[in-house]
Amino acid sequence: MDFMVFQYPMITVQACLDGILLGILFALIAYGMALQWGVMNIINIAQGDLVILGGYIAYFMYLYGIHPAWGVIVSPIIMYFVGVGIYKLVINKVVDRDLFISILATFGISILFMQLMNFAFGADVVLANSGYGTTFLFDSAVVLPNSKIFSAFVSIVFAIGLVIYMKKSKLGRAIRATAQNARAAKILGVDTEKVYAATFGLNAALCGVAGALISITFTIHPYMGLPYTIRSFMIVIVAGLGNLPGVAMSGMGLGVFEEFADYILGTEFRIGSVFLLLVLILVYRRFKLSRKREYLK
Amino acid sequence: MKINKIILSFISAVAILLSTSVVSFAKVVGDKIVLGAAISLTGKYSSNGVHTQNGYNMAVDRINSMGGVKVGGKTYKFEIIYYDDESNPKRAAQLAERLISQDGVEFMLGPYSSGLTKAIAPVTEKYGVPMVEANGASRSLFTKGYKYLFAVLAPANLYLDVAIRTAVELNGGKGVRIAQAFEQDAFSQDVRLGILDAAKETGSEIIIDDKLPKELNDMAATLVKVKQMKPDVLVVSGHTKGALTAIRQIAEMKVDVPMLAMTHCDAAKLSKQHGKNSQYALCASQWHKTLTYKDNFFKDGMTYAADFQKEFGYDPPYQSAESSAALLVFKDAFERANSFDQKKVRDALAATNMQTFYGNIKFAPGGQNVDKPMVLFQVMCDGAGKCENKVVAPLKWASAKLIHPIPKWSDR
Repeated sequence: MDFMVFQYPMITVQACLDGILLGILFALIAYGMALQWGVMNIINIAQGDLVILGGYIAYFMYLYGIHPAWGVIVSPIIMYFVGVGIYKLVINKVVDRDLFISILATFGISILFMQLMNFAFGADVVLANSGYGTTFLFDSAVVLPNSKIFSAFVSIVFAIGLVIYMKKSKLGRAIRATAQNARAAKILGVDTEKVYAATFGLNAALCGVAGALISITFTIHPYMGLPYTIRSFMIVIVAGLGNLPGVAMSGMGLGVFEEFADYILGTEFRIGSVFLLLVLILVYRRFKLSRKREYLK
Repeated sequence: MKINKIILSFISAVAILLSTSVVSFAKVVGDKIVLGAAISLTGKYSSNGVHTQNGYNMAVDRINSMGGVKVGGKTYKFEIIYYDDESNPKRAAQLAERLISQDGVEFMLGPYSSGLTKAIAPVTEKYGVPMVEANGASRSLFTKGYKYLFAVLAPANLYLDVAIRTAVELNGGKGVRIAQAFEQDAFSQDVRLGILDAAKETGSEIIIDDKLPKELNDMAATLVKVKQMKPDVLVVSGHTKGALTAIRQIAEMKVDVPMLAMTHCDAAKLSKQHGKNSQYALCASQWHKTLTYKDNFFKDGMTYAADFQKEFGYDPPYQSAESSAALLVFKDAFERANSFDQKKVRDALAATNMQTFYGNIKFAPGGQNVDKPMVLFQVMCDGAGKCENKVVAPLKWASAKLIHPIPKWSDR
């Protein structure tokens, strides 16, 4: 236990800002997961692996001399088609089945992606350098890498863009209709098959954006996907489906929680603390549910 | 239904029979000495696994083309059976078992990484198969009393020992304040123990002692503490991702620290990925091409590096060099034992005292090489941004003078 974070107020500010910037990025990934979960009732275990794949796209652009920030545009386009492809190959066969089957299927996809990425790109840890500088605040007591600010900004732009798209566009309305009641939507002429494919593609595209941002801010590696899946799962569980402000808030909350856990418990417990929190929240939810049930009785 | 069952049981009976009666080809077939190795060709260690395999292959080709191994007046050639252990310790142990009991291999080469070597060592020990390994440095390998395990590399606790001692020396013999962050795996924790020993002996104080997770990609918290506490030395060891993450975030957060010492910079290709930001980092290495050790097969480090570059198209990391050295050790032991008896070869290995291009090799009773110090190199860049690794310690081999303290970010 280390309480240095409370002894120096500037470290507290630093931890909060770091956590919020990081949390916005998590929220973007979680948003994709919530979308797909809500529309198709599929929990995508391969979410994190799609993120990493998106990161590799930005990394390869960087290798060929293109600034990795362009990955934010290119990666989602490629990932959209990857997502649609996965849907056509696997997901459409499990979409109407129960949740357990889809978890197994996406778990399989996750393993496949990890191994394929390892095979194709090697096991090396890689990163893309953006060359963005650093912002100093409060007499340089708080340091924020511009790459983190950039990723938070881009995440917000994409999230807002998607919200408007879902509200205004035809496809967006079809997606929302399908989420509310797939059968009714079908009767009213919505091609739900197409809607599902597009939803999966949109989710993969969001992962692509996030991946490109992660390759700029952190590092990527074929086996690094799972922590991102867990984080987004956790954010969605806390926020609930279809609760977009909730996703943003719980994303940032998780980011700050992680940073403080890092300072207080130590970096080695960072991911562990997320798991612990997930368990606690699930237990709490169950407890609340059981009370409600008793009340009904 | 019944017929199906009968057919099935018949097939399985035949299969079992076949699997037990496969003719195992022995260790020495005709004029070939067959060595076995489980190597990580896929999975998370695959890049270093390939470096290891390339090192082995390079030495096999070289020894074979220069006359092979002479035992009992006859000339033999090396051959290696490889299996892919998928970077998985359980799989590695299974494969060692298979190499020995099915393929009849009587001499083994080590896998990549301490963890996998730890998984294989009990198997080779059980069968009394001598194993020369080149990529498992964890101290715990050498304290188990293994009789058939020999490592050509220096143990992990010595990796960054030199860095602390150098820092103390530069501080006028007074103890220094150390901040350290280590991944929680066998290797990095051994490096940490080495630092603790060095700190105790030199009267240095450890002010930050962080542990890093396996899925590390953010160590901002540690670095914020470093900024606040201003230690004299920052030590980071967390394989490739530790080295890459540290350099990225130190540069982004403009963390000023007089000395930065790390492991795995070679494999991380620090200067290639980070350019000038990696400048002044000190890296522990088992070997560097500019060292002046010599042997008859590869001549010296520079020649080895040039030949390796020609054959595989990249500069050899130390993982390849030490792997090549393992074969030289085997050849030497076979010739001195003048026999293929496992016990005699084992005794000959234990009595090894030789110089290779990679360094002097002499085994302690635990199996570790005690005759080869670690070297430290520093990443140095010229005005045009071209960076190179230059040996700065120990002084005997230094090709450049250590730059200390590291200039502040504001002055760069």
